[in-house]
Parts: sequence; structure tokens; C-alpha cells
Amino acid sequence: MSTDLTHSTNRLSPVRDLYDSAAVQVFAKAFGVTILAVVIGCVLFFLLLPTLIVIPMSLSEKDYIEFPPSGFSLKWYRAYFSDPDWMAATWFSLKIALATTAAATIIGTMASLAIVRGRLPFSSALQALALGPMIVPHIVLGVALYLVFSPLQLTGNFFGFLIAHTVLATPYVMITVTAALQRFDPALELAALNCGANRLQAFVLVVLPNIAPGVAAGAVFAFLASFDEATVAFFISDIGGKSIGRKMFEDIDFNLTPVIAAVSTVLVVISLLLMGAIHLANAQKRG
Amino acid sequence: MSGPSEVPQPAFPRQRRSSAASARFYSRGVSVCLAAPLVVALAIGFVYPVTRLVGLSFEGGSLEQYRRLVAEPLYLGVLASTVKVAVVVTIASLLLGFPVAYLMARLRHGIAMVVAACVFIPLWTSVLVRSYAWVVLLQRNGIVNTLLADAGITDGPMKLIYTQGAVIVAMTHVLMPFMILPIYSTLRTLPPDYNRAARNLGAGAFRAFISITLPLSLPGVFAGSVLCFVLALGFYITPALVGGPGSMLMATLIGQQTTVLLDWPFAAALSTVLLTVTLIFVFLFRKTLSLSKGLHSVH
Repeated sequence: MSTDLTHSTNRLSPVRDLYDSAAVQVFAKAFGVTILAVVIGCVLFFLLLPTLIVIPMSLSEKDYIEFPPSGFSLKWYRAYFSDPDWMAATWFSLKIALATTAAATIIGTMASLAIVRGRLPFSSALQALALGPMIVPHIVLGVALYLVFSPLQLTGNFFGFLIAHTVLATPYVMITVTAALQRFDPALELAALNCGANRLQAFVLVVLPNIAPGVAAGAVFAFLASFDEATVAFFISDIGGKSIGRKMFEDIDFNLTPVIAAVSTVLVVISLLLMGAIHLANAQKRG
Repeated sequence: MSGPSEVPQPAFPRQRRSSAASARFYSRGVSVCLAAPLVVALAIGFVYPVTRLVGLSFEGGSLEQYRRLVAEPLYLGVLASTVKVAVVVTIASLLLGFPVAYLMARLRHGIAMVVAACVFIPLWTSVLVRSYAWVVLLQRNGIVNTLLADAGITDGPMKLIYTQGAVIVAMTHVLMPFMILPIYSTLRTLPPDYNRAARNLGAGAFRAFISITLPLSLPGVFAGSVLCFVLALGFYITPALVGGPGSMLMATLIGQQTTVLLDWPFAAALSTVLLTVTLIFVFLFRKTLSLSKGLHSVH
């Protein structure tokens, strides 16, 4: 009788219930939590280690790769920045990535507007097709583009890369901009139209500032999608024009020196800075 | 989205509503103009090249290339091991990634951000950088071999790199974020009340997880698994650098046919097979992989 009574009071007071069950299970729980924490710690270590290990390796003094590195030197960075082949590949990739960012951001934003806010025939088919380059194996796309570009002399060519990377980068823009447009309240645009703005003014003054974080995020993703892209770039590069990805691939395959670690560190730092910038922009928007 | 029948519609604002609705959407002409650059880009950079490639595999209207593919056990073996590696990588990513996604969804904001950074940093680091790191880690006198020998586990350096095991480990590392993020975005939308209710009704932590949290997280699990599997099927860079002749996959076989043997029609046939397998999968699981759950959560 008395146990029943305590039981029912427990049921009625969730705070008490929580406290009691916590007191009873504290050991079992601590044990489980410890195991879970160890497993998750190992997984996070596994995720992060190969990404960050290139940084100490790039600072090594030795001509071959060793870990832990002995000594400290910047000679591999000097080697990278003074090698005309690496510099040519870097500038080539940078030019392509910037042009791709502009093209993909504009094309992707326009298409997102048409899909979310427009009356577009075959809208869902277009959406599926636009995401295709993310799903179709990049090796297939690389071989296919080589096949078409090669007779047109578009391999190793700025415009060839621009076409290929724009197709690859536009889905990232469309995903972020579509999401931003779906969060945007169209009533705001209607209010602007009611107040006498035309469509273009309403877009530039009302819609664009509101979806700007999505557009900016899409632009950053587009830049990285182009700059870090390696598979398609591997196939459409040639002697005349080589992307940094192709150059890295060749050197990893044939000539494994710590210069690659220095180049990798530069790429990691660029990615981290861009991702950090997006994060800060989003946090500011929210805060 | 509630249908119009569910909403009581007053008679008078009807006209205003329809004019508002028409201003809400761009006209058909404007819409088509906005979408036109994308259509052009996709046509010249995606649809036409892929169509040409598929066409090349049927060169002269014959199935010769496909006959070669089926007749040679080596090629069918490569196809089988491609599917096998993709399955193993997907399962490994799921088993390792689920606890991380769970933690990200449950922790306080500050710590969850640290965990999220551990997932996002590799995701947005070049695949080349990560494959290079694995080459260095696994090579003959690399870190893993040194550590194993120093710990007395092995006598001398083992052959780690250029094996199928190396390909699986490196691909799991590269693809795991694509598993974690869809699961995380599903778990995050689960109200913690469900779990609390189960606990209040007497379920232990484990029981509550098995009968409440796990079933409700399945959409994310499926989305992540399909994404991981499809990406693993066509992966090139990592198996090309970390794998060897004994661990050939479809993508590396296509690479070999085009860069070494220059057998373009056969490479086209292999590409068509890889493309078809991928598209069948995507089509079968298109609901699972829908924009909101699969690709979307990768950001």
C-alpha cells in the first residue's frame, strides 16, 4: 500500500521521478556514457587526423616524409611558391574557381527564383537534372567532357574548365538559395510592389538582401567545389593548362615530397577560412 | 501544405487573393528566362557529353563492347568488388557515424559546435588532401607502420597501402560526413519529449533508444546510406591513389582504360554500366534522397 503510494506520487512529480531514476542508474549510466564517449572520441579523431596531419608534415626539415617531423622549416612553402609549375597550376585553378563562382552563383540564383517563385513548366524535372552532376559519378562526367572537349580544343582551356565546373558547382548554389527563398516571406515583396517598386527594384532592394546569406553560402560552396575539384579536372587538364588538383594528383602518384604537404596545408587553410566566414556571417544574421 | 478544401474561404477577399497570388509568382515568360541559362549550361556541360559517351559505347550499332565486358570474368569481378566496397564503406560509415550524429543532436550548443567542426572540416577539405594524408599514413615506412612496430604489434612494416583494406578505410573517412549529416538533421528535429515520455513510462535509456529514437531516425539513416553508397560506387581519386592493381574498382578501371590503354569505346561501355547502376539506385531511392533530407543536409 505504502509502496503504491510512493509510486503514484513519483508518477505525479516528474522532477522527483527524474531524480530517483538518476540516482539508481548513475553507475550504469556513467559506464555507458564513458564507452560512448571513447567510441565517439575515436571516430572524431579518425575524421580529423588525416585532414590536419598535413600541417606538421609541411613544416618538416627532411626531404622525405616522417612523423613526428624533426626540426622546423618553411622550405617546402618556399619550394611551392617558387616553383613555376605549381604557381601556374595554382593561378589557373584560382582564375577558374573565381569565374565559376560568378557564373554558378548567377545561374543558380536565377534558376532558384524560377523554381521557387516562378511558373515553370517541368520545374521538378529541371530540379532533378540540375542536381544530376552531384550524383552522376564524376569519372563518367570527366570522361564524357574529355570526349566532347578534346576535338574542340577545350581541354586544358579556361573556358572548358569554366563550363565543366559551372555545371558541377551550380547545384550547391541552388540548394542554399532555394532554401533561403523558401524561408523568405513573399508578402514583403508584395508590399514593395504595392508601394510602387517594379519587379527589378523589389528584387534588388527587398528580396536580394533577405536571401543574401544563402547566396553568399552558395558562392563559397561553388568556389570550393571548383577549386578542390579533382576528378573532372584530371581528365580535362592537359600540358597547356593544368589545375592544381591535377598537378597534386600527378605528384602524389609519382613524386611524393613534402611540397604536397605544404600545398595541402594552403588548401586546408583556404577551406577553413571560407567556412569560418560563412559560419560567422550566419551567426551574425541569427544573433 | 493544407489543401484549399480544409481552409474556410471567405467570399470577399477572393479577388484580392488571386491578384496577390499572381504577384507572388513570376509570369511564365520571366520564369523561363530565369531558368534558361541553367538549361543551356546543363545541355552543353552535362546532357550532351554524357549522351555522346553512352552513344560511343554502342559504336556502329553493335553491342561488341558489352560482350567483351560480360565475357571477361576480370571485368565482372571489378563490378562485383565495386559494389562490395561500396556496401562495406556504407555500413562502416553508418556504424561509426551514427553515434557522432546522435551526439551532435543531443549535446549543448557549444560542445555540439566542436563536434560539428570535426565533421565539417574534413567535408570541405579537398579529397586530394585527405587521400594524400592516407598515402602518407599507410605507406611502407609511414606513421601507422611505425606506430605498430614501436608498440611491438608487428615485427616489420606491413603492406598497408595499395590494398583493398586501405581503399575501404580511406573511402570511409572521406564519405562519413555524408552519412553523419542526414542522420543529424533527422535527429535534431525529433522533440526530446518523445524520449522523455518513454523514460517516464519506465523504459531504460537503451530501451528508449531502440524503440523510440532509432526508428524515428531511420529516414536520415536511409538518406545517408543511399548517398554514401552512390558516391562510393563512382569514387575515383581515393581508390586511384590509395588502391593498387589488386584493388581495382569500376572508376579506376575506367581511368586505366582512358589514360593508359586509350580504349575509349570500352571505357564508354564501362561508364555506361556505372552510370546505369548509379541511376537505378538513385531512382529506386529517390524519395529517400529527396532534396530536403539527403543532399540538402550536407550543408
